[in-house]
Amino acid sequence: MTRPGTRTETMPGAASAGGQPMEGQDPPRDLKAEEARLRKVWNTPGGWRYWTSVNNSEIGLWYGATAFIFMLFAGLLALVVRAQLAVPQNDLISADLFNQAFTLHGTVMMFLFAVPIFEAVAIFLLPPMLGARELPFPRLSAFGFWSFAIGGVFVCGSIFFKAAPNAGWFMYAPLATDKDYAGIGADVWLLGLSFIEVASIAAAVELIVGIMKCRAPGMRINMMPLFAWYLLIVAGMILFAFPPLIAGDILFEMERMFDWPFFDAARGGDPLLWQHLFWIFGHPEVYIIFLPAIALMAMIVPTFSQRPIVGYSWIVLAAVGTGFLSFGLWVHHMFATGLPQISLAFFSAASTAVAIPTGVQIFVFMATMLAGRVIFSVPMLFGTGGVAIFIIGGLTGVMVALAPFDWQAHDTYFIVAHLHYVLIGGMLFPVVAGIYYYFPLVDGKALSDRLGKIAFWLMFTGFNVAFFPMHLTGLRGMPRRVFTYPADIGWDWLNLISTIGAFVFAAGVGVVVIDILRPKKRQPDVKPNLWNAGTLEWLAEPKESWGVRSIPIISSRYPLWDQPDLAEGIKQGRYYLPDAKEGLRETLVTSVLDAKPIQVLRVGGTSMVTIAAAILLGGVFIAMTFHLWTLTILFGLGTLIAILYWLWTGTGAIPEAKEKDVGLGLSLPIYVSGPASVGWWAMFITMVGDGTAYGSLLFGYFFYWTIHDDFTAGLAGPGLVWPLAGSALFLASWVLMLMARQANERDRTSLTRMLLSASMLATLIGALAAFLGPHRYGMDPTVHVYPAIVWVLVGWLMVHAAAGLIMQGFCLARSFAGRMSAAYDMDIRNVTLFWHFLTVTALTTLPVIALFPLAR
Amino acid sequence: MRSFIPREIETLWTLFTAPVVWAFHFVVCYVVMAIACAKGSGSIEGLMGLRLFLGGFTLFCLLLIVGSAYLAWRQWGFGTDTPPHDAPTRQERQLFQGFATLLLSGLSFISVVFVALPLLFIPACMP
Ligand code: HEM
Ligand SMILES: [Cu+2]
Repeated sequence: MTRPGTRTETMPGAASAGGQPMEGQDPPRDLKAEEARLRKVWNTPGGWRYWTSVNNSEIGLWYGATAFIFMLFAGLLALVVRAQLAVPQNDLISADLFNQAFTLHGTVMMFLFAVPIFEAVAIFLLPPMLGARELPFPRLSAFGFWSFAIGGVFVCGSIFFKAAPNAGWFMYAPLATDKDYAGIGADVWLLGLSFIEVASIAAAVELIVGIMKCRAPGMRINMMPLFAWYLLIVAGMILFAFPPLIAGDILFEMERMFDWPFFDAARGGDPLLWQHLFWIFGHPEVYIIFLPAIALMAMIVPTFSQRPIVGYSWIVLAAVGTGFLSFGLWVHHMFATGLPQISLAFFSAASTAVAIPTGVQIFVFMATMLAGRVIFSVPMLFGTGGVAIFIIGGLTGVMVALAPFDWQAHDTYFIVAHLHYVLIGGMLFPVVAGIYYYFPLVDGKALSDRLGKIAFWLMFTGFNVAFFPMHLTGLRGMPRRVFTYPADIGWDWLNLISTIGAFVFAAGVGVVVIDILRPKKRQPDVKPNLWNAGTLEWLAEPKESWGVRSIPIISSRYPLWDQPDLAEGIKQGRYYLPDAKEGLRETLVTSVLDAKPIQVLRVGGTSMVTIAAAILLGGVFIAMTFHLWTLTILFGLGTLIAILYWLWTGTGAIPEAKEKDVGLGLSLPIYVSGPASVGWWAMFITMVGDGTAYGSLLFGYFFYWTIHDDFTAGLAGPGLVWPLAGSALFLASWVLMLMARQANERDRTSLTRMLLSASMLATLIGALAAFLGPHRYGMDPTVHVYPAIVWVLVGWLMVHAAAGLIMQGFCLARSFAGRMSAAYDMDIRNVTLFWHFLTVTALTTLPVIALFPLAR
Repeated sequence: MRSFIPREIETLWTLFTAPVVWAFHFVVCYVVMAIACAKGSGSIEGLMGLRLFLGGFTLFCLLLIVGSAYLAWRQWGFGTDTPPHDAPTRQERQLFQGFATLLLSGLSFISVVFVALPLLFIPACMP
């Protein structure tokens, strides 16, 4: 079906440069040669070098497959757990193994499946969906993937050595800080996951910059596919949700490794701080998981209703609204901790408010389906079935959001039922829907309709049989996480039913796996755009790795429905960048709101350095787990070298010309720096995440102040002189940095170098002064939480100062290599941006630790 | 090109005004009460003043949201045009932004009221 009405293909801004596809242009073009060049540039290497590819379609696929395998592994653990609970007084596995199994199950599902699978889908789908050749930092995606794979294998593997984490997926102190109970498993959890959190933040940077700046010309923000809107919000949420957890991990690891008593009540610490930091992450996390799944639905529902979505703006409202509100809910996981009721009530109120945008999305889907002619194919079955399940979970969610009800239900199987209804309905079913929907994009073959239907019914019934009874077991008082239970208190048959359901459900998942893995050689390729969808990703050619043959001009939300000549024009290379004359990978950068072309961006190609960096960084975390300090330092140095090599060779290349003809009579700059460039934004976004982590640590400082009458416990502080001297020095280093940037702008090379060096010196002495404060006053971080939190803040500042010094050194080296000038100033501008953040960190940390104890 | 924050981003960010006000309101309510309950006596009399203060603050935030809603309404052409706002023109893009911002202002308004309700009904900390 096609919708009537062809739109005019005019391109704003580029209007003077001609917005029409090139037709009958002089001189005649050799399309075959162009294609050969493109194919060569974007070629995915063969043999073992295949694994060095950084192309988004490979990375996305590996990422997704790895996450899916982790999911199957965690699913098996769940079956073990269910088997143990099938009958009362069962002794199938020991209590300790049971604890490891459910902890690892939850951990893997949340951290190694639910979040990464969407990074995977996004990396795979976004470029074709936005009409881009690549995301802006392909090597960063690859680095993220390898970090994730290494960290994931490390965490999963631990159970085979009986060393898996065993304190529940949220690792509450003091259970998880107790070394007799939680052995090395807790360190595996903390360090393995920190490593993966880094990968998630890398993905967030990639996605935000990609969605904001790499859309096809003409794809204004009112025309962006809804998937992109959702992913934009989710990436933003990752940026504010993961850093508090990283901060928490740091405190936790410091306590476990060096006995700094952050969560030890005997020495002034407080386990509740961990709960706060965990759930400030944890609740947004559930929406980080849920929104992308709904995003898939927002692509699938219009296709199978064969009409545009009803209420595009309402979806944007819902995505943004949920994104914000989800940060005001975390204490609903802490209703039973004895916080003042007025505090609980704020969170209870926000928890009910979040049901509004959640409901809006569901109504939008229903309206779209009602307004179109719905085709109930397998993706739709999984999609609607999932939403039905999710709604039940949402209803129990609103129930437990009411504190008095939650005091009854907390830590019972009722919660287990709630969370599985929302997670499996709101995320697993939509993911399977997405797999069935998008599978043809992987290699041109479709999955089986028949198997899909069988899988759906097995999963749908199995799920409800397994999880519905848990509401009742919970209301009958069965606590979660018990490894067995007595026979005569009315829990036994409910548990048996749940176990049977779980195995039926697993059989359904098994059918999906079979459908994916069964050989499809003899099966014919499906026709392109199998479902007659309207969005661009359906033009992708699974057999080519160049992304799009030429980058089109978009004038509709559903270009394939509304722009009839588009597909043909793209394939004929009639749009932008139809060639790769210089033999480099290129994509277009466009403006944020109106998607006017502003730059040709050269992106990194196939490389070993990403794998090397990920392996080395993985080595750091693994060596740290086993307290192998020398090895840790060696790996750390290796990582640093790898990253410096990567930056030196892979970024800031000086192009052969200022501008390049991208086709359609348009010339665009190649080298761009400052806020107009993608690199500057990557730095900005990373630093926002980094700043959030810092803010969480600072929150910890004030948190300890609120819980004690005298949070210093009468111990000495860092004094006034050193911290204030440090502040002045950091301020000076910032001013010098700004001056260096200005000198560079005027091409005064030696002055720039001098100012840079002076700024380095100020930073170095400033960091030293920061250190001397707590050091001179003999603050011992193992005695009490007050010296410990001061040391953590100072340590954070020093690490950032060190990173800054390395960056400044990098700029100096660039300058001496003749690669930094007024025209090519990307490096110094990005480092200055880092300096703004560093300065804020220094000028809050040092005055706070010096003055606050006096002022309170 | 050389300005610190590019213009285009500035205009996308208006979309977030009302939710940011909500977040600010939420944090202030939570932090003020948490500190009062941890450091003060937590009695009914002790909290009265703060509840009034936060009530006034709530009104102020609601006003800000109404302001942002007005700007959004203006950006939406005072409702003279109706969604879906999917044409490939700058004007339609602005109408879309206006409409989405307006919707978000509405949601934020309701959410601020929700979050303020406990101030009305819960007179003391009640640990
Ligand atoms: C209307 C929306 C929702 C509300 C009001 C809500 C409310 C709650 C509350 C109050 C709890 C804590 C119960 C307790 O531990 O005593 C909880 C737990 C949980 N919720 Fe929700 N929820 C909602 C939606 C979701 C969604 C969309 C997801 C995931 C996609 C989700 C995932 C979870 C998880 C994983 C837990 C358990 C965490 C744990 O203790 O291990 N919830 N929910
Ligand atoms: Cu929650």
